[in-house]
Amino acid sequence: MSDFWKRFSRNRQAVLGLIILCVVIFVAAIANFIFPTDPFLYSKFPLSAPGENGFLLGSDSIGRDVASGIAHGAKTSLLIGLIATLAAVFIGVIFGAFAGYYGGIVDDILMRITEVFQTIPSFVFAILLVAIMKPSIESVVIAITVVSWPAVARLVRGEFLGLKNREFVQACHTLGMSDVRIMLAEILPNCLSPIIVIGSLMVATAILIESGLAFLGLGDPNVMSWGFIISDGRSMLRVAWWICTFPGIAILITVLAINLVGEGLNDALNPRLRERN
Amino acid sequence: MNRSSKIIRYVSRRLIQGIPIILAIVVLNFFLLNLAEGDAVDVLAGEAGSATPEYMEEMRKKFGLDKPLPVQLAVYLKNVIQLDLGYSFRHDMQVTELIIDRFWPTLILMVSTILLAVGFGVLLGLFAAINLNTWKDSMVSVFALITYATPLFWVGLMMIILFSIKNDWFPTSGMENSAMFYEGFERVKDIAHHLVLPTITLSLFYLALYTRMMRASMLEQYGQDYVITARAKGVSERRITFVHVLRNALLPVVTMAGVQVGALIGGSVIVESVFAWPGLGMLAFESLFARDLNLLLGIFLLSSALVVAVNLVVDVIYCFLDPRIEVN
Repeated sequence: MSDFWKRFSRNRQAVLGLIILCVVIFVAAIANFIFPTDPFLYSKFPLSAPGENGFLLGSDSIGRDVASGIAHGAKTSLLIGLIATLAAVFIGVIFGAFAGYYGGIVDDILMRITEVFQTIPSFVFAILLVAIMKPSIESVVIAITVVSWPAVARLVRGEFLGLKNREFVQACHTLGMSDVRIMLAEILPNCLSPIIVIGSLMVATAILIESGLAFLGLGDPNVMSWGFIISDGRSMLRVAWWICTFPGIAILITVLAINLVGEGLNDALNPRLRERN
Repeated sequence: MNRSSKIIRYVSRRLIQGIPIILAIVVLNFFLLNLAEGDAVDVLAGEAGSATPEYMEEMRKKFGLDKPLPVQLAVYLKNVIQLDLGYSFRHDMQVTELIIDRFWPTLILMVSTILLAVGFGVLLGLFAAINLNTWKDSMVSVFALITYATPLFWVGLMMIILFSIKNDWFPTSGMENSAMFYEGFERVKDIAHHLVLPTITLSLFYLALYTRMMRASMLEQYGQDYVITARAKGVSERRITFVHVLRNALLPVVTMAGVQVGALIGGSVIVESVFAWPGLGMLAFESLFARDLNLLLGIFLLSSALVVAVNLVVDVIYCFLDPRIEVN
């Protein structure tokens, strides 16, 4: 662990990303304390510029606090990104593990399905899914999961293909272990590092997809999110630049931080790759 | 067997391989259509304002919606093969016709985006690789990292604030100034003027992607044996970079340009709705608001088919570019 941390902290960009990410998580965690009122609550000060009327980042067309919206939106983005990624990794690992481990016809069928999902333009598919299921937190998470798992499946399949004929797996077979146990308890732990890396990068993509969906009006109408603020402030672009600008910066910083952490994890978990660079 | 007939066989085999994928997508489309609340008759009744249950029952019979699901699927398949994607009640037009109408603006946007992104991406990646591990390389990396993390719609809105509102350099929306009735070259100029902001916005993300890819590809080629051979022969570093390495490094980048077309379609939905560019993406955005699912499914089907087609074309081009690729 300390060895891992040493390698991770050698990458200054990754440490910077981690610090930013911690700040974002902290803001999301204390959103209810610093902005205790409902972020949807309007006030009698519409379109206040940043700093005016006590609005740090200004207010929108019906006087909602942009800063409060960003703080509460951080919770939404991070949670959706995390849950959708966990679900996608779960599905992807199952598909990839079975395809790689059993090979043959199982592999053929599972990989054909994966291929179809990879061919479909993912963002258009996500739009379609949310539109059909009606916008809500659940439908957004499902849509992001459905478009994200194929990448994990392909990665895990590759890892399983490489590991399934190794000696330790053959030893497990001789010991009479069940296939499921070999897959889950023996092979899977050996390919955790690439899964962690791809998972961390997927959180960033998930946040981008979520904000894009919310921008198109496909976010949960009852939950504050960054994309929603931007989509709502669009018509006010001419008179109130701040409504769209600040939530976008929040997305940019968060996604950038997660990407940096992901690359840091990649360097720290696969030390051999680093040498080549 | 000579090479050209091998390639023909390869292409036809790839075409056949693409068919099950398209078929699977059509079936998926059908089930999504059925998953949605209400059927075409409900939509029709809603449009008409009121309809008696008896009348709706009769309509269902007429459209075959009372038949079992497999029969409906067969009918749907038959219709899709005949390029009949149903009717858009909002636009009062055949979906196929509507899609073809809106296809050209999207094509213009996508082609100009690919040209810009690949062109500049290759240049920036080359620049970074030549100046490896200097501040120039770092600058390019930071630029790529940031653009990679920026939501497209936000870039678009910021462009509008900077270049349309603060400085009146480019129009905020649309594809042409139809009130001016431009013709010929004037019209081309007008469209190009409208095209600038959407193209830059859409290409930024891919620019970052191609920059990183080009840099990595150059570095990989620098490590190959033929570079050592060239050095040993006394070829200048300049010549090694621009004649030997560059040509080989370009290959994977060009291929990736095709693979990314699916993502590009998704991006164009966002960019077109930001700039009101009257293409397929804008049409998808409009159909969301109108809850015109039939139209949305049609666009989805077409864009999936487009991805399959582009991938096929890229594979074939790749065969011609790189004679080492086995076509058997």
